[in-house]
Amino acid sequence: MENATVLARLQERFADNIGAIGAMRSGEITIGIPRELIVEVTTFLRDDSELAYNFLENLCAVDYLGRTPRFEIVYHLLSFKNRHRITLKVGVPAEDTHVPTLTGVWQTANYQEREAFDMFGIIFDGHPNLERILMPDDWNGHPQRKDVPLGYEEVAFNINDDQIYARKPFAKE
Amino acid sequence: MGLETKAGDMGVVTTSLETVVNWGRTNAMWPLLFGLACCAIEMMGAQGANYDLSRFGMEINRASPRQADLIIVAGRVSRKMAPVIRRLYDQMSEPKWVIAMGDCASCGGVFNNYAIVQGVDEVIPVDVYVAGCPPRPEALIDGIVQLHKKVERMKLDGTLRDRTPIHV
Repeated sequence: MENATVLARLQERFADNIGAIGAMRSGEITIGIPRELIVEVTTFLRDDSELAYNFLENLCAVDYLGRTPRFEIVYHLLSFKNRHRITLKVGVPAEDTHVPTLTGVWQTANYQEREAFDMFGIIFDGHPNLERILMPDDWNGHPQRKDVPLGYEEVAFNINDDQIYARKPFAKE
Repeated sequence: MGLETKAGDMGVVTTSLETVVNWGRTNAMWPLLFGLACCAIEMMGAQGANYDLSRFGMEINRASPRQADLIIVAGRVSRKMAPVIRRLYDQMSEPKWVIAMGDCASCGGVFNNYAIVQGVDEVIPVDVYVAGCPPRPEALIDGIVQLHKKVERMKLDGTLRDRTPIHV
């Protein structure tokens, strides 16, 4: 399977909405998809007998703070039949972090979308159980966003450890 | 056959009840079967044949907190784990002790971030801090011996418990 063939098949089906936006060093093609088309495109890629991308290897979100659109959802697909991989990317603006869910296409998207929701606050419309998967349920915010502070506690040195330990919440008996 | 053949004809030995009880507390101090991260591997190493923690009467890890006297917090404590640790600690029967093993359990270590509790002493009171990343089994055994010394100073009813932590 050639990258050009995949792209040609997609463009034949979805016209000009879709284009290659880059390639990995390993030769994997990256295809940008409009947000509202993602379910249609992935269903087509899965069900087409020639392409047969039957496995969603990975689904994750990326935060490009300061760029428009701010978030990107990345899908890695694998075709067992052709032994070929492609990458799909969907841009998500910061003010409207909604993406259609892929749980109807691949069951494995369920947990991975929950992780993307937990860490980045991406809301996957139609997801059967969109709850936090890693962080505690009462956690505020989404910790992998780039505008979340990195350090949690001020580092204690000889010069400031008295102040830090004075306000540190030590456990009672 | 036993002590009397080694020590000669001792007849009657007198001692205080406190000493006997504390002797029992130190020499049969059973840790909770509880490991969180890589420090747990060193804890297992300390219990293995080479370092042989059973010399101190501690070869049995109890899988139930109600049968354990000591909890060795071996590894980083995530914020999701913190309520679990507190619950395990509350279920242990008095008198009970805590060893924070390694840098992560003592102060968060290298994980100064949103996911890790910055020292298990935010959740449960700690008796001995063992430094190291991870501490070698010798260091853990040293911490345990220091804890034993602390327990030997304890009063019988456990009320006069020494609260000052030891840093090993």
